[in-house]
Amino acid sequence: MSYDLLLNAVAAGLLLGGFYAAVSLGISVAFGLLDVVNIAHPVFVILGAYAAYVMNARFGWDPVLTGLVFTPVFYLLGMAVYRVYYASFERKGEEALRGLVFFFGIMFIVEVLLILVYGVDYRLVEAPYIGESFHLGPVSIAYRLFVPFLGGVLLAGGVYLFLGNTFFGRAIQGVSQDSLALRLMGADPIRIKTIAFGIAIATASLAGSLLIIIGPVEPSIGREYIGRVFAIAVLGGMGSIGGTFAASLILGVVESLTSTFYGPSWSTAVSFGVLLLVLALRPAGLFGR
Amino acid sequence: MRGRTLLGVAVAVVIGGYLTTRFVSHGYFYFASYVILQYIMLATAWNILGGYTGYVNFGSAAFFAVGAYTSIVLIKAFKAYFIFLALAGGLASALLGLGIGYLTLRLRGVFFSIATLALAVVLQTAVINWGYVGGARGIYILRARSVPFFSSYTEFLFFMMVVFAVLSVAAAWWIENSWVGRGLAAIRDNEEAAECMGVPTLKLKLFATTVSGFFMGLAGAPFPYYVTYVEPSSAFNLDYAVNSLAMPMIGGTTSWAGPVVGAILLGAAQQIATVTISSAWNLLIVGVVLVAFVILAPEGLVGLALRLARKRGA
Repeated sequence: MSYDLLLNAVAAGLLLGGFYAAVSLGISVAFGLLDVVNIAHPVFVILGAYAAYVMNARFGWDPVLTGLVFTPVFYLLGMAVYRVYYASFERKGEEALRGLVFFFGIMFIVEVLLILVYGVDYRLVEAPYIGESFHLGPVSIAYRLFVPFLGGVLLAGGVYLFLGNTFFGRAIQGVSQDSLALRLMGADPIRIKTIAFGIAIATASLAGSLLIIIGPVEPSIGREYIGRVFAIAVLGGMGSIGGTFAASLILGVVESLTSTFYGPSWSTAVSFGVLLLVLALRPAGLFGR
Repeated sequence: MRGRTLLGVAVAVVIGGYLTTRFVSHGYFYFASYVILQYIMLATAWNILGGYTGYVNFGSAAFFAVGAYTSIVLIKAFKAYFIFLALAGGLASALLGLGIGYLTLRLRGVFFSIATLALAVVLQTAVINWGYVGGARGIYILRARSVPFFSSYTEFLFFMMVVFAVLSVAAAWWIENSWVGRGLAAIRDNEEAAECMGVPTLKLKLFATTVSGFFMGLAGAPFPYYVTYVEPSSAFNLDYAVNSLAMPMIGGTTSWAGPVVGAILLGAAQQIATVTISSAWNLLIVGVVLVAFVILAPEGLVGLALRLARKRGA
């Protein structure tokens, strides 16, 4: 085993981990803070990736540009989804069984729709930096990983600052703990949750535009991310943004080492193993209280 | 009394199933009925955990495929008899259910659901990398040339599926009408209160997960003989995961009749839609109907029918 190979694997893992943070932030907010078990989260990531693909193929837009332009659209979509979820399940206290099935149904419908419209072929985007790389000593860093990493770091930083330093952010952090106290502070818990869920879905679409920079995308690829995002959310301590970021880096490195030394097909099994281990040994996560 | 009537019905269905193989020789009939019987088993098995206890299993496809691949291994290694394949397939899935349940059911129910979602992806990866059972390329299974008492292997498989489906529905009926079922219903309604009243919640949940896994595996075990060519993407098909929860949800989750009604209606509708429209559209329809039912008619068709009957009676 060469030292260079190990270094490169760790570097690639860290870069991948930064991107995983972008994918998992929305789950940390929705599942960790709002207690909405949105298992359809990865499918919104895929939708974001397809938006990037369409705008790139039609108008030659850069995927990151598409991600930013489409953020408000996905924010509104997220708000709408939460409204339906709230009115149909959460208000009646039926979120455990039917709410989960609802999100599963959404996931399934979107996936089938994407297959019907775009087929099962892999889709990719073109941008000048994809395929280029730079060197840091013995480590070669591909821009197709570096750009998503940067995006993930900025997104995580942005969400972290927003949650900690703004009225809405603090209200989102408080809403799952004590919605009555929140109401006494003059904030409507449902409105706060709607906004937070919109933000969660908006981060998913941004993550999608980063996903398609890393590599080609097909409709069912989102399924691989379900185990991953929940493993990260639980490992990171449910709703802690810093914890989510750290957990993403850890999972990225472990996956990258696994795929370098045992073969890439096993990387999906890593997140599942991590998820089961954390649930069995320390359900509060590494950074949970 | 009611139990005895239903036992009579069950025996009648099995005898009727055998007589059918004497008189019907239409190939497509067996093809379509096999699929529907398979869905009756999957939906009933799903409902034993999901409907009675409220814990959602998204990984039915994984349990089904474990049954199918267990029997592939036994066919390859020992050329084992059909009944051993079926039992082994069921037991392997039961163990899988017990294991996943043991790791996740002590926590909140959602973790069980999430684990089952990821389970299918991981097991599929494992099978793809396992050359002995065909890996990604798939594997051909040869049927026995003749079976006693049946004129073809297809008819034999059909009859066995009738028996298995009756068994799984009977198990669901028994659970529903015993103290186990009352305990499970208590868990569904309020787990903490149930625990306080002395209901052994963890044991009951593990029991339900195991039984549910067993019947899903039993549904999957004959699959290699039915299709004669198995590849990972067909055994782990997402259709199974979707249908086995959509059928109880649409039929109604509180009684054994719901999954059966849902499986027959939705299964038959899909057979027709696959032939007349296309299989992708047909899946889209299942998804939309599922979401519509969860939002608009949470008690399912059986629940709706009961409510209408009660209104008319009052």
